[in-house]
Amino acid sequence: MRKNLTRKHRSSNLKTFVLVTAAFIVMQLLSSMGMLKSSVKGQLIPICVYIVLAVSLNLVVGVSGELSLGHAGFMGVGAFTGVVVAASLRNMVGNDIVRLLIAMVCGGVMAGIAGGIIGIPVLRLQGDYLAIVTLAFGEILKNIIGNLYIGTDSSGLHFALDASNIHMEPAGKMILNGPMGTTGVEKIATFGVGFALIIFTLIVVLNLIHSKEGRAIMAIRDNRIAAESVGLNVFSFKIKAFVVSAFLAGTAGALYGLNYSAITASKFDFTTSINILVFVVLGGMGNIFGSVVSATLLYILPEMLRSLYDYRMIMYAIVLIVVMLFTWSPQAKNWIQLASNCGVMKRFLGQRKEAES
Amino acid sequence: MNFLQYLINGISIGSVYAIIALGYTMVYGIAKMLNFAHGDVIMIGAYMSYCATNYLGLHPLVGLVIAMAVCTFLGITIEALAYRPLRGVPSLAVLITAIGVSYFLQNAAQLIWGSAPKNYTSIVSMEPLKIFGGGLVITGEVLITIAASIVIMLALTLFTGKTKMGKAMRAVSEDRDAAQLMGIPVNRTISATFAIGSALAALAGVLLCSTVPTLMPTTGSMPGIRAFTAAVLGGIGSIPGAMLGGILLGIIETLSKAYLSTQFSDAIVFTVLILVLLVKPSGLLGKTVQEKV
Repeated sequence: MRKNLTRKHRSSNLKTFVLVTAAFIVMQLLSSMGMLKSSVKGQLIPICVYIVLAVSLNLVVGVSGELSLGHAGFMGVGAFTGVVVAASLRNMVGNDIVRLLIAMVCGGVMAGIAGGIIGIPVLRLQGDYLAIVTLAFGEILKNIIGNLYIGTDSSGLHFALDASNIHMEPAGKMILNGPMGTTGVEKIATFGVGFALIIFTLIVVLNLIHSKEGRAIMAIRDNRIAAESVGLNVFSFKIKAFVVSAFLAGTAGALYGLNYSAITASKFDFTTSINILVFVVLGGMGNIFGSVVSATLLYILPEMLRSLYDYRMIMYAIVLIVVMLFTWSPQAKNWIQLASNCGVMKRFLGQRKEAES
Repeated sequence: MNFLQYLINGISIGSVYAIIALGYTMVYGIAKMLNFAHGDVIMIGAYMSYCATNYLGLHPLVGLVIAMAVCTFLGITIEALAYRPLRGVPSLAVLITAIGVSYFLQNAAQLIWGSAPKNYTSIVSMEPLKIFGGGLVITGEVLITIAASIVIMLALTLFTGKTKMGKAMRAVSEDRDAAQLMGIPVNRTISATFAIGSALAALAGVLLCSTVPTLMPTTGSMPGIRAFTAAVLGGIGSIPGAMLGGILLGIIETLSKAYLSTQFSDAIVFTVLILVLLVKPSGLLGKTVQEKV
C-alpha cells in the first residue's frame, strides 16, 4: 500500500515536471525562431508568476485547508522589496540575473517574515473567520505599501510615510512613490528565471507535501482534533505551511515587480488574491499539477477571448460559473461519470473523491 | 462640536454598512455561504433606481420600489441558477461560484451602463437639520439612513422571531437536514432569505448613492467587503451583531479619517477587526446570541 502511494506520487510529480519543462522548451524554441507575437511573449513571465502563486496558495488552501484571501499582499511585499533591492544594488552587482535572484530571495524573505507576523495571530482562528482576517491583512499590507515613500541617494536608502518627510539629497532618486507606485524600474526579469522559479517552487512544495511534515499538515486538515490527540503540534505545522507559501509568493512577486517598468500597490488587492484562489480551486484543491494547468489556462483565457472585445470579461465570468457547476454539483458529477469513460476525467474525479474522504 | 458631527456622519455610513451586513449575515446564517456577489446586487439596485428616476422620470420612491423588486428577483434567480445546484458541496466551491456571479454582474453592468461614473441624484429631498445655531448639520440623507437601518433591524428581528417563515429560517440555520425531515421546505426558505437580503441590498444601494453620489459598476465592491467585515465584527449570523458591527465600523472609519490619518483609514479599520477577532474569535455578539439566522 505504502509503495503504491509513493509510486503514484512519483508519477504525478514527474508528470508535472515534464509538462512544465516541455512547455518551457517549446516556448523558448518558438521565441528563438521568432514565431511568437510580442503580446504572447509579454505574457510568459506573468504566467510563470501566477503558476508559482497558485502552487504556493494551494499549499495553504488545498494542503493545509485554510482559506486565505490575502495572498496578493505577500506578492506585493515581495514585489516592492524586490524592486527596492534591485535598484539599490544597481551599482554593486553588475550581472542582471544575479541581481534579479538576490532581489527575489530578499522579496521572498520579507514576504515570509510578513507571513510569520500575520500567521501567528491569524492561524489561531478557523474557517470563515480566518478568511476575513487574511483578507484584512492583505488590505492592510496594500494600504501600507501604497503610502510608503522610498528613495535612494549617496547616503543610502530613505524611508518615509509622507512625501515631504523623506529628507533626501536633491540628486537622489525615488524608487517607491506612495500611491503612484514604482516608476522607471529596470526590467530585469527573464522567462528563464521564471521557469527556474516554477521548478524551485514545485520541488519545495511537492517535497513538503510528501514529507513527514506534509503528512502531518494534511492530517491536521482532515481532522484537527484527531491529529492533535496523537501529539501533532497543530499550530506549528500550520504556520510552517503558511510561511513557506508566503515566501514563495514573495519571490514570485519580486519577479513580477521587475517585469514591469511601473507598478502600483493597488495591483496587489483583494481582486488579485481572489483570482489566484480561483486558479487553485479550479485546478483542484491539494492538486499541484492542477494548479499549474489552471493558472496557465485561466491566465490565457481572457487574452484568447480578446476578439470578443467588451464581452470577454463577462464570458470569463460565465465560463467560471459553468465550470464550477459542472465540476462540483452532485448531478453533474453523476452525469459525467456515466457519460465519460475518459481516463483523465476518471482520474480527476477519483482524486477529488480521495481528497473529500 | 466637530466630534459630534463626525460621529453622526460615521453612524450614517455605518447604517448603510449595517443594512448590507444584515443581508450578508442572513444569507450566511441560513445558506452557510459567503455570498460575495452581495456587493454587486447593491450596485444593480442603485442603477435600477437611477434609471427609473432619470430615464423614465418616475418619482424617486417608485424608483426605490422598482429597484427593490428587480433585486429581489435577481437574488432569487442567482440562488436558483448558481447556488442551488451546489447545495452540500464544500463551501469553497460555492464561494468561487459567488465570485463568478460577482464578476458577471459587474461586467454586465459595465456593458449596459458603461464604465464612466454616473452622477446620482439623492432621493431624499428633506431640508438639513441645523442644531446649535448651525454648529451641527444633519442632512436628510443621514436621518433617513439611520432611521431606515433601525426600522429594518427591528422588522427583521420580529420577522425571524414571530413569523412562520422566520421560524423556518431559524430551523434551517440550526440544522438543515433535521429541518427538512420536519417538513420545512428548505429550498423555499433559502430563496426567501436571498429575496430579503437582495431587497435590503437594493435599499442600501440607493441610500449609499444618495450619500456618496458616484455610481459605477464597481461601486458595490468596497462597501460589500466593508459590510462583510462588519458582519464578522459583530458576529456573523447574528442580526443585532450585523447592526452593531456596521455602525461601529462606520464610526471607526470616519473618526480615524478625521483624527488619525486619511490614507491609513483602511488599515485602521481592518486592524480593529483583527484585534476584536483575536480577543473574541466569534465576533462581538457571535456567542451570546443563540438563535442564529
